[in-house]
Amino acid sequence: MLRADNVSFAYNARAPLVLDQVSIGVQRGDLVGLLGPNGSGKTTLLKILGGMLHPSAGGVQLDGRRLAGWSRRELARQISVVPQETHATLDFTVLDIVLMGRYAHLGPFALEGTADLEIARETLAATGTADLETRPFATLSGGEKQRVVIASALAQASDFLLLDEPTASLDLGYQLEIASVLRHLSRERGTTMVVCTHDLNFAAALCGRIVLLKKGRVLAQGPTAETLTAATIRDAYGVDADVQFHSRAGHLTVVPVGRPS
Amino acid sequence: MAGRPDLRRRLVATVAGFGSLALAACLLAPLVGSTPIRLTAVFDRSIPFADNVDAQIFFVARLPRVLAATIVGSGLALAGVVFQALLRNPLASPDTLGVSAGAALGAVLAITFNADFSLLGVSAIPLATLAGSLGALAIVYGLSAARRRGASSMVLLLAGVTLTTLLGALTTFVRYLADFTQTLQTVRWLMGSLDVGSYGPIAAALVPLTLACAGFATLPRVLDLLSIGAESAAARGVNVPRAEKIALASASLATGAAVSLAGPLSFVGIIVPHLVRLLVGADHRLVLPAAALFGSAFLIGCDLVARTAFAPAELPVGVVTAIVGGPVFLWLLFRRQ
Repeated sequence: MLRADNVSFAYNARAPLVLDQVSIGVQRGDLVGLLGPNGSGKTTLLKILGGMLHPSAGGVQLDGRRLAGWSRRELARQISVVPQETHATLDFTVLDIVLMGRYAHLGPFALEGTADLEIARETLAATGTADLETRPFATLSGGEKQRVVIASALAQASDFLLLDEPTASLDLGYQLEIASVLRHLSRERGTTMVVCTHDLNFAAALCGRIVLLKKGRVLAQGPTAETLTAATIRDAYGVDADVQFHSRAGHLTVVPVGRPS
Repeated sequence: MAGRPDLRRRLVATVAGFGSLALAACLLAPLVGSTPIRLTAVFDRSIPFADNVDAQIFFVARLPRVLAATIVGSGLALAGVVFQALLRNPLASPDTLGVSAGAALGAVLAITFNADFSLLGVSAIPLATLAGSLGALAIVYGLSAARRRGASSMVLLLAGVTLTTLLGALTTFVRYLADFTQTLQTVRWLMGSLDVGSYGPIAAALVPLTLACAGFATLPRVLDLLSIGAESAAARGVNVPRAEKIALASASLATGAAVSLAGPLSFVGIIVPHLVRLLVGADHRLVLPAAALFGSAFLIGCDLVARTAFAPAELPVGVVTAIVGGPVFLWLLFRRQ
């Protein structure tokens, strides 16, 4: 279990708190959506859960061990993070990018072996990108890039996968595709995921649990059906929305209706 | 294709290929010059050295210059590779962060104020040059460390461009104070030259360069990861602040060593990495050794042209690297579209 206890965070001593006493718990196997308006602290919380930022107060524990004091390499074997966008400035192939996921498992001078190659190919298959293996990463479409980066994070063989806006800047088709890849990973591999997103419908379609943040505090958290309601959405975003179960989609849908004056 | 076990084979092929090129350049370049000499005579042990004119020309007159080209070419190419990955910018070069400008200021100061000191047999100008480059590094590094969240590559780049302009202005100011002889000497230094005269300066430059290479040796895989973004690299398990420190310090040290030996030589640190990547791909485990070896061969070649194109007159080697390098670089830029 990955747990944040009373985590507060500010970028420096004089800056306002980005997170204020946030406590959340992510059980193994969970698929958690991290929602909230711009500036609510979602990305910061995601980075703190991944050990990329250190909380100013409070702490993060993984299975009862505090993250503070772990080396980056140790952490990477447990938790992988998929950033919002990845640009390759050099001409790496898709396979090159995925093999970089093996970094935390190799010695400083070791070359990847056949076992690493097998893992990489398996994660390419799991994300539906096996046929892109030899393509230059820079020539892929946005959706393909995102899937390859997810494959690279999976090659890290960590149990926890934290994704920052995996569908930002992707069109409707790719959004569905990413959702299905993540759902598949959760079901087939039992990968625990925390997904930070602005897309409430994407979260409703994908996540079993929701954490809703506002101004650095937890506004609501719990099972999606109980947490994603017209009331919480009005509270968090200041928007009137219809929240209904959509029978053809098979999940809750959120339709924003207007801003109450 | 692209099975990873083939990486070992590609590494061997890369080192063997570029290694033979560099070695051939080292051995053959000293044979060319105003007095023709033969390699067989040079290594003919039956003639004592004192009587062997071919060997004297080879070892005393020409080899120091070729060896200087070897280590300057390697140092600049390696620094270029590292700066490009670290700053995630294919246009970065050893000059980008102001290290070369700092070196130039050091040299011009030493020349103008007739600095007369030496340390372990190294004279004032190379020492001042190295100090200047390390001073520039310290400023860039201090600025980046002041931003506690680590050095954003964009901020480093802007700081480097600003520092280069600032140091350039100081250099101009110092040159304004110089008298006629010093001005001539300064102009000569700023043109760059590999005519080091003896093995002493080469041995001195090897010290910082070896330190830099020890740093580079820890970097190949880290640079691959840093080139796709600092956050991605951290997420994959790289200790980014430490890696950036090592990269910044080693690349600056290599640049300082090269500039203190040969003056500022433009374009070597930017073209060689790009040409090498065209041949071996992006993986730094191949790019770093290839760039070191190809950088040597490239600069030996440029210096050969500088020595022989208008013999007996000599071109400044910096002019040759820029005249060869400029068009090659433009070609690289526009080839992409």
